[in-house]
Amino acid sequence: MTQNRTASERVVITGMGIVAPNAIGLDAYESALRDGVSGIRFIPRLQELNFGCQVAGVPQGVESLQHEYFSEDLLRAMNSSMVYAGIAAIDCWRDADLPDFDGDEDHVDWDTGAIIGTGIGGADTLGEQLVPKVDAGKTKRLGSTMVEQTMASAVSARVGGILGLGGQVTTNSSACTTGTEALIMAYERIRSGRVKRMLAGGAEGSSHYIWAGFDGMRVLGRNFNDTPEKASRPMSATTSGFIPGSGSGILMLESLESALDRGAHIYAEILGGDINSGGQRGSGSMTAPNPVGVRRCIRGAVEASGIEPGEIDVVNGHLTGTMADPLEVENWRAALDTKPTGIPLINGTKSLIGHALGAAGGLECVAAVLQLDRGFIHGSVNCEDLHPKLEAFESRIVRETRESDARVLAKASFGFGDVNACVIFRAHVE
Amino acid sequence: MDRTEVYNKVVEIIGPFAKDPEALSKADEKTNILTDLKVNSARLVDIILDFEDKFDIEIDDDAADQIMTLGDAVDKIVEIKG
Repeated sequence: MTQNRTASERVVITGMGIVAPNAIGLDAYESALRDGVSGIRFIPRLQELNFGCQVAGVPQGVESLQHEYFSEDLLRAMNSSMVYAGIAAIDCWRDADLPDFDGDEDHVDWDTGAIIGTGIGGADTLGEQLVPKVDAGKTKRLGSTMVEQTMASAVSARVGGILGLGGQVTTNSSACTTGTEALIMAYERIRSGRVKRMLAGGAEGSSHYIWAGFDGMRVLGRNFNDTPEKASRPMSATTSGFIPGSGSGILMLESLESALDRGAHIYAEILGGDINSGGQRGSGSMTAPNPVGVRRCIRGAVEASGIEPGEIDVVNGHLTGTMADPLEVENWRAALDTKPTGIPLINGTKSLIGHALGAAGGLECVAAVLQLDRGFIHGSVNCEDLHPKLEAFESRIVRETRESDARVLAKASFGFGDVNACVIFRAHVE
Repeated sequence: MDRTEVYNKVVEIIGPFAKDPEALSKADEKTNILTDLKVNSARLVDIILDFEDKFDIEIDDDAADQIMTLGDAVDKIVEIKG
């Protein structure tokens, strides 16, 4: 277990920032999760454009809030994913109680880096600005802001510049695994001793251009357009697909040594994690997980954490609201080598915020750590009509928010490309 | 449009790009757009596009390259507008 590691090899979470469809800011997010507040709303534009799915999770109030965070000069070159990432990163920085970042314009924080991922990237900028102008022969009229908004690393590059980060600043991308993968990569970077702190998480914009491809695949839910708050239905028998979400969740990872040195508040410790792929072999494919890979990933995370499977109190699942949910729960059971009634308590945050693609892991890791730190497990809504294949697991599925003294939580994310990531958090004890 | 009018409009267009608002308030025709007003050099392209839109003119790349100060911008715009 982690007592065999030195304080410089142990990694803790000392700050978080959240821009979610149902809340912005940690206290509001805690309340929304506890109270089962849905962030899914009807989006008129999707109806106008004849989408099958006409609901989505979009953070509210950002249009006005963004002016409190960014200058007009910066906003000129910030699409929705960059704005979400910027707000979440600044909030995370402040929550970690680090020094003011805009006091000295020559100051670089050489001890902090960032891995902030995205799944799709700046498709809103491409669709609204770049493609129409280029196709009209007006490339000269694009201006200077297209590259910084459409390069894959747009989100991390903007955050690095705002905060003056001098460590590694990069964007990872592995579809819906992205945010959780970022956390594990940042954890490994700190453990290697190369850096004291890393911001880690994901961001995804709000745009019909981002969501259209999924609607075309018929993987988005289309039967609940009139009742948006009922639309995202992980583990339900009547789900008709996932509901797209957006936003950003970013966590400050820090060596325990650095956190103790500066007396930082510690939310939780990252015990370990694993990242792998199922190889798109067996029953795996570009869009379906190979269960062998998923189970190896979960077991790998448990082993890397130095714990026994039975020590996991809670699972925050990937649980998207597709027919893959029963398979996922069965994978948890098999990986943890127990019977259906022996699995940890399990919930799905997407039931409240939708599936935020590359931001999902970040938004849900913040939810996971908040639950450990503040002693609750939020209800996974909209599965009152549990999928028949999940009946044996019913006693372990948390449908209504409860107080909790859970110590260890496993969070997993899975994505197109048959990629998997699983991270294990433990509540911090002074 | 007289020279003062053009100058005032140029300052108004550059305003949102200037990272040093104090320098902008004290600016005159000799003020350097990049070094004095601390405008990000990549954004010069956007300023030229705004000049084109607001003054209804076209500024070719060679002409744009000659604009260093607020006065240079005014000269070029007055020259093109004729």
